[in-house]
Amino acid sequence: MTGLSESLWLALLLGVGFGFFLERAGLGSSVKLAAQFYLTDLTVFKVMFTAIVTALVGLGALSAVGLVDLARIELPRTFVLPQLVGGLVFGVGFVVGGYCPGTGCVGLSSGRLDAVAVVVGMLVGAFAFAEVYPLLAKFYVTTPLGAITLPELVGIPGWVGGAAIVAIAGAGFWLAENIERRHA
Amino acid sequence: MSTPRPYSNPYVAGVGLGLVLLATFVLVGHGIGVSGAAASVAAAATDAVSPAHARDNPYFAAYLGDGSRSPLHDWFVVEVAGILIGGLISAAMARRVRPAVERGPRATARSRLAYAFAGGAVMGFGTRLARGCTSGLALTGGALLSVGAWIFMIAIFAAGYAVAPLVRRQWT
Repeated sequence: MTGLSESLWLALLLGVGFGFFLERAGLGSSVKLAAQFYLTDLTVFKVMFTAIVTALVGLGALSAVGLVDLARIELPRTFVLPQLVGGLVFGVGFVVGGYCPGTGCVGLSSGRLDAVAVVVGMLVGAFAFAEVYPLLAKFYVTTPLGAITLPELVGIPGWVGGAAIVAIAGAGFWLAENIERRHA
Repeated sequence: MSTPRPYSNPYVAGVGLGLVLLATFVLVGHGIGVSGAAASVAAAATDAVSPAHARDNPYFAAYLGDGSRSPLHDWFVVEVAGILIGGLISAAMARRVRPAVERGPRATARSRLAYAFAGGAVMGFGTRLARGCTSGLALTGGALLSVGAWIFMIAIFAAGYAVAPLVRRQWT
């Protein structure tokens, strides 16, 4: 086996794990996903932030004992305005369509026809972006900050920034449980 | 007809997702993404229908490369195939596989499908502008404390809450 095909088997395996846990959590259901925005079911927030904290703490621990070199992990680059506007556009599409791309995939595999419509729409959206890309090419690369982390931006040690995110997530979970109890 | 089993505890499922993401970081050196694969599929489909049109487009041209390999021969495309399989395994185990148009009690199936398509298109456009989605940018970059990922994530929730009252009939 070549290196590439080994890496593609790993891609398949990791994808299976990701899809499995998304569906387990109930994120293959658009009604459950949309409930996040009406504060009746905050599963989206809880799952997302638990996953972030788990990966964050795991990476921190593995790097502390020297098993992982953080510099070798690809950090998504920052383009402030495109990512701000892209996020606003995405958020509108999310609450109107009811799925994000990953959850749309698991909704589709559990037979939800509205998820099929979202996934088809998503392909059309990507096509539309490519079509108008020449008009957006300048905006697409504005406000670049490079591969930068929040702790680097504010000038604090990485572990302090990580601990702050964990604390914020913890407070968020406490708040989410209280909001759900109030809306139940 | 068997009744669907209840969903997992969100914190337990979240730890599972986080461990898969952690394994991806350690074993592959990058995170999990979905919307880039959608762009690969869109590029491949455009190339199949009109190769000249696809190649003239500067955005798709990057996905098509020198043409020696299909844009579908890509780590993230295979990973998304895995997500589809993983979702099916979990849904089948919990007896949740059923064809349905999920919607709020006041929405019709037809309006819901139209909204789903439109929302998917708007979202797909947003992912390309932001260079990622909730998986590849918000979750992956969120765990790595990427500045852009957190800007993106906050913008998603802000816009979602702002627009939610306008589409309430679809959901509640």
